[in-house]
Amino acid sequence: MKYVSEFRDKDRFNKLLQQIEQEADPSRDYHFMEFCGGHTHAIFRYGIAQRLPKHVEMVHGPGCPVCVMPSGRIDQAIALAHDPRVILCSYGDMLRVPGSGRNSLLKAKGEGADVRMVYSVMDALAIAEQNPEREVVFFAIGFETTTPPTALAIKTAQQRELKNFSVLCNHLLTPPAIRHILESPEVRELGTVSIDGFLGPSHVSTIIGCQPYQYFVEEYQKPVVVTGFEPVDLLQGILMLIRQHNQGIFEVENQYRRGVTELGNVKAQMLMAECFEMRTRFNWRGLGDIPYSALRIRSEFAEFDAELRFSLEEPVSREHKACQCGAILRGVKKPKDCKIFGKACTPETPVGPCMVSSEGACSAYYHFGPIEVQVVEK
Amino acid sequence: MRRQAALDFKNGRVNLFHGSGGQAMEQLIDELFVKAFANEMLSAKNDQATFELPPGRVVMSTDSYVISPRKFPGGDIGSLAVHGTVNDVAMSGGRPLYLSAGFIIEEGFALSELREIVLSMAEAAKACGVAIVTGDTKVVERGKADGLFINTAGVGVIENPELSISAAGARPGDKILINGFLGDHGVAVMSQRPGFGFKSDLRSDSAALNSLVAAMTEVCPRIHCLRDATRGGVASVLHEIAIASGVGIELEESELPIREQVLAFCEFIGIDPLHIANEGKLVCFCPAEDADALLEVMRAQPQGTDAAIIGEVVDDSGRVTIRTEYGSTRMVHHLMGEPLPRIC
Repeated sequence: MKYVSEFRDKDRFNKLLQQIEQEADPSRDYHFMEFCGGHTHAIFRYGIAQRLPKHVEMVHGPGCPVCVMPSGRIDQAIALAHDPRVILCSYGDMLRVPGSGRNSLLKAKGEGADVRMVYSVMDALAIAEQNPEREVVFFAIGFETTTPPTALAIKTAQQRELKNFSVLCNHLLTPPAIRHILESPEVRELGTVSIDGFLGPSHVSTIIGCQPYQYFVEEYQKPVVVTGFEPVDLLQGILMLIRQHNQGIFEVENQYRRGVTELGNVKAQMLMAECFEMRTRFNWRGLGDIPYSALRIRSEFAEFDAELRFSLEEPVSREHKACQCGAILRGVKKPKDCKIFGKACTPETPVGPCMVSSEGACSAYYHFGPIEVQVVEK
Repeated sequence: MRRQAALDFKNGRVNLFHGSGGQAMEQLIDELFVKAFANEMLSAKNDQATFELPPGRVVMSTDSYVISPRKFPGGDIGSLAVHGTVNDVAMSGGRPLYLSAGFIIEEGFALSELREIVLSMAEAAKACGVAIVTGDTKVVERGKADGLFINTAGVGVIENPELSISAAGARPGDKILINGFLGDHGVAVMSQRPGFGFKSDLRSDSAALNSLVAAMTEVCPRIHCLRDATRGGVASVLHEIAIASGVGIELEESELPIREQVLAFCEFIGIDPLHIANEGKLVCFCPAEDADALLEVMRAQPQGTDAAIIGEVVDDSGRVTIRTEYGSTRMVHHLMGEPLPRIC
């Protein structure tokens, strides 16, 4: 098994496309939300939306951790970075995300702040060990996929008795966000978005498994298919959703069996549970406050909590008024419906977070389409 | 006059005196640069080089080289500083002849590494038939530069009056060719940076392309555009040409020569291989009727054995698109700033 090439096989892709065309009832419309930004990116990259029948529509969800980080939390990181004692470390695409007033960690770096891009939280730990006279803060973001490594870094820092390492914890949880999309009053204010099923985020599910989605299928009667990121994966996932919808059933199915199990990675879950606890609420950019949707560091590891170490207060977020990212993240609007899309807001000068990350819907639209092109049959 | 001790190339370090214009600088120039680059013009130790050029149009180009790490599989900052400028001159269809070399060195830089880099430059220049005939040395205080920066300028001549190669020269119907695998340089360099832990046997494609271009222009003087796809990768070059020529470009994804390792790396960090830098790859636009002959010539050259036709000029839209392997067409985006790795 090669793990990649068979999931990019053109013949399999075309056969699945044919099956979708045969099985998608032309008298119905199908609206499926891909929660994960990785799916959004792949759908554009492989031009999948172009090849699907017109009545099978993909709705882009809020599953990009960069996109949903509120400006106040970024302002907090920027302020910390400007503290001359501090070396602030974070992942690459976080550096460009605008806080309030279009400031960003990258701009702060240009102004003299010691901001360092790392590929792993363990790199931040190494920087702390190499710079004992400085305070190294890791700006931790991400869903369940990036959370276990942060937990491991905190535990390692404790074992090594590191006195200059702390984590500004902004880890988020996927299931509460999906629930919020389905039931929040804002959706009613912004307009209804019809969602007939979800492509479940497979990287997240490698950690949390399939079980957490059981709630959705029971409570909201929406099918969930945990799906991989390759073109064949995506079409298979969409076909599985179409079949469930056609038969009127709601189940959690696992398309990504090569990486995801029913219970997920229990060891990683235990590590997360050991280091983190739920915040009672967290303000998501574009989505507002979502109860029990984010994590903070447990008191046993308080010395590694940057919020306590630097006495940080709950930040206030001020988003740009014209930015429509909130509606876009809920799937209510498309990027092209936003008045500033491609004008005041471009990947070079992002106003809203969806334009920053390569996994944001606006960025995907800006880079990969939409273009009116003739579909070429091969 | 008392003769000073020879430079200690094993343990010595560059200090501020080496850039001060005095004896120490003269010693560095004599014992390192003049000796390594070995030509009469440099040995004359004037502040300029005087030479006669063969008949034809004169081409001149300059570029500065800042790279981390300075040494990478398949090259180093020295050979890169020669190849890069030689290629910039060659992309006009010109024959590169002479180079200048300017060094900005950080105080404390190891003389051993400096010598290694200078010898690498000398070897690269010799291999592609150019002479480094004038130069400059500056030393800055510790912390004011990232070790070493090199600037090179190149002069050459376009001897064939029929050649008219320009970024504005692409025409609808043109075929687009590349001389081999893309992304090798960028991935070879990035995978050496701390934090990646990405093991591969990939080597940079850093190479001088002047002999390849000479072979190409000889068989096909009607080449419309030539451009080496360095920073910003093939995507950026194509956007520049699409804008300068006012044409729309369509690539064929299945025809792009990309190694498995490059694809895997790009997949891993979420960067498009079309945005990855190359240092030995050129993109060529030529009339469709010349494309097959040109491809054959390219494949016969050591720098073009994996050449391919990767797309064509389709209209005057000014945009760059790609026909995916899945029967759809999407935009190829123009890189803005540095490509940043995605979070997960």
